[in-house]
Amino acid sequence: MPTEPFVKKYLRQRVLPTIWCGGCGLGTVMRVIVEALDDLKIDQNNLVVVSGIGCSSRMAGYLDANTVHTTHGRALPVATGIKLAHPELEVVVIMGDGDGTAIGGNHLIHASRRNINLNVFLLNNGNYGMTSGQVSPMTPHEWHASTCPFGNLEHAFHLCDMVKSAGATYIARTTTFHYMQAVRLAKEVLEHKGFAFLEIYFQCPTYFGRFNEMTDAPAMLQWLKKNAVRYDPEKPRELEKGQFYVGKLWEDNTKDEYTDLYCKLCGRAQEMMQVAD
Amino acid sequence: MSGTKGRTLLLQGNEACAMGAIYAGCRFFGGYPITPSTEIAEHFARKLPTVGGVFIQMEDEIASISSIIGSSLAGVKAMTATSGPGFSLMQENLGLATVLETPIVIVNIMRSGASTGHPTGTGQGDLMQSRWGTHSDHPVVALAPATAQEMFDLTVKAFNIAEKLRVPVILLPEAVVGHIREAVYIPAEGEMEVIDRERPGSYENFLFFKRDTNGVAHPPDLGAGFRPHYTGLTHDESGFFTAVPDRVNAFTVGLNSKMELHREYLTDYCEETVEDADVLLISFGVTARACAHVTRDLRKRGVKAGCFRPRIVWPFPEERLNRIAQHAHTFIVPELNLGQMRLVVQRVVGPEKRVVGINRVDGAMLTLERMQKEVEEVLA
Amino acid sequence: MSDRSERYEVLLSGSGGQGIILAGVIVAEAGIAHDLKVVQTASYGPESRGGASHSEVILSGTDIDYPAVTKPDFVIALTQEAADKFAHLARPRGNVLLDTTWVEKLPQNIQANMASFPLTEEASNRFGKPLVANIIALGYFAEHNPLLGADELLQAIIRRVPSHYRELNEHAFAYGRELADQA
Repeated sequence: MPTEPFVKKYLRQRVLPTIWCGGCGLGTVMRVIVEALDDLKIDQNNLVVVSGIGCSSRMAGYLDANTVHTTHGRALPVATGIKLAHPELEVVVIMGDGDGTAIGGNHLIHASRRNINLNVFLLNNGNYGMTSGQVSPMTPHEWHASTCPFGNLEHAFHLCDMVKSAGATYIARTTTFHYMQAVRLAKEVLEHKGFAFLEIYFQCPTYFGRFNEMTDAPAMLQWLKKNAVRYDPEKPRELEKGQFYVGKLWEDNTKDEYTDLYCKLCGRAQEMMQVAD
Repeated sequence: MSGTKGRTLLLQGNEACAMGAIYAGCRFFGGYPITPSTEIAEHFARKLPTVGGVFIQMEDEIASISSIIGSSLAGVKAMTATSGPGFSLMQENLGLATVLETPIVIVNIMRSGASTGHPTGTGQGDLMQSRWGTHSDHPVVALAPATAQEMFDLTVKAFNIAEKLRVPVILLPEAVVGHIREAVYIPAEGEMEVIDRERPGSYENFLFFKRDTNGVAHPPDLGAGFRPHYTGLTHDESGFFTAVPDRVNAFTVGLNSKMELHREYLTDYCEETVEDADVLLISFGVTARACAHVTRDLRKRGVKAGCFRPRIVWPFPEERLNRIAQHAHTFIVPELNLGQMRLVVQRVVGPEKRVVGINRVDGAMLTLERMQKEVEEVLA
Repeated sequence: MSDRSERYEVLLSGSGGQGIILAGVIVAEAGIAHDLKVVQTASYGPESRGGASHSEVILSGTDIDYPAVTKPDFVIALTQEAADKFAHLARPRGNVLLDTTWVEKLPQNIQANMASFPLTEEASNRFGKPLVANIIALGYFAEHNPLLGADELLQAIIRRVPSHYRELNEHAFAYGRELADQA
């Protein structure tokens, strides 16, 4: 693929190459995000990218914006502080599945509940890649990882359903196989006012693939392609084992956004003060 | 205090703390309810919206400290308040704030006992935790107020130190100081110094974490046009991760040099009749107030006693204690723990000096009576 | 007036909802207005919900180094439990004021001057508000403490109570002072 100008524009070329393994899907994900940012002409000076810890979270370092690489699982509460302090900033949160659903799971449901205007990309490779392939809350039941060599006894979250019931107002899922869809959904996330959540399945051939009989990136992309089912709210269907929906899953524009509500609250409080004076 | 433009109010220590923070320019509070600190959050919840500030009750203390780090990174002075169990949860991102060189203030109203302990009891058991609670070598400043007035004054000072040195600053009052009501003088605007972090207009070669001659780095606020990178990983002057041994070394040494280079600025203590003292009572917080009383009683009876109270407990005022320790032969260290400051005093004054603790860990203050009796026993 | 440099300790006690903390705050604020150093503390948390409640005030002309009551000069107890727990702490020649509406068994062997009145009952009968028992007690206190005069205390009360209850509280306070004269 030729390098488009936008890729150069949004990346800190002095810190490249990335640390990611050959065949890893994170490069594709980064390109998706960058293309969406460029399409929407988002001002880099006004853009803040907050991440946690793990392979995906290293993306914050590569993106040319105001970037904060926090601690494991804590991207969302740090981003909440940034957004509330300066609501005019565009805040993107990037986290992995371990980051967002294990150690940071509590923060995920509470940030969703508040419906604060954050653009959340949860990059799901089904395991802890950085530490070489341990089981995560998103590893499928009976699949393998370095810490479940005899098969995973636990079940993965229905993550998008969970975030929906927690109160997020835009929810979508895509994969690195579905590039064009991913860019479209990423743009919807950035444009949505409220807590917007995009789960992106991406391949980790080095660990997840190797532990689960998919030894290279093409095999994993085939697997993502085979099991992805386009979501059509008009025609819901039973999913077979291993299948998952991709596309926009939920949008609710009736719920007020948190920083807007807070701003109004300040107005009320100040009025009450004036009356009291 | 007549003649000045400020006002004197009967305030609870916790209220005075919140008012001090607002005076110092704090416009963000992220917290989680916990006895005996909750009045601070409640005060902020009422007041911050009226001054255009942000109050948010987060889902736990980990999120609370995370949120204030976020706010401060975006340039808005921020604080949280908690007690032991919550302070334990905050240790992770206390470390993050040190390496991101993000000014924040954490108030830890000390209760009594480990774990859940005795929530309404008072204590001083978190002295060492405040210094060494988060892992590895890191700079931390901790202040121990003894009065409701100091809850105001030292909160302002905590913000000033945080902003000037770009370190997290911990306020470490006992529960009693948080709940005591005393007359507090609230200075008029401009009467008390308020320091804001330095915000350079430009950076050489994007070296956002380059230290100035005072050892302080001044990375830019998010959204200020510089597009900095902040990471909890070891980083060099550019702010980006490094594993080059010399740079990793410079990262840790540089970070910690802030404490050493500003030792004088970070020395703050009160003392009485120490110059010729044979016996020194050394303590902090409310416990030290009783020491002053005991010292005066001893002087009346002809015992050359003195008392010494650090208001900044970390870094510990070693130089001053060392000087006044030359003359004294006995050091009595009353604390509401099993001897955390006693260990520090022993280290500073040397192994040949007699250092004795008076300790109470049942959730109550050391009464004057008990302190007098135990001091008598030590001096007998 | 006694020596202002000496500590003067007041212990107010009763049960949650009797205005014990408010009375303590009023005494402390009167002290500040009179240029005294003050410390006021209160029981709080689970122990202050419904059950026993107490508030301590220390007044002094000089800095107060030990911020807790050691030997109270004046004890006000509005419940039996409070009377049993605190009355005997009062300093000899100090004062103890009890509310006999709730204190049926008067504490024995008290060395301080003990006075007892049905404060809550009087508050209820005379003012229709049992809640002002604490203000009646402060009226009594005004006549029996060496540091704070009635005017100072009354001003502090007026600053603290809602304006539409001002008259009621003034009457309750005045009645407390009358009781002191009777005693």
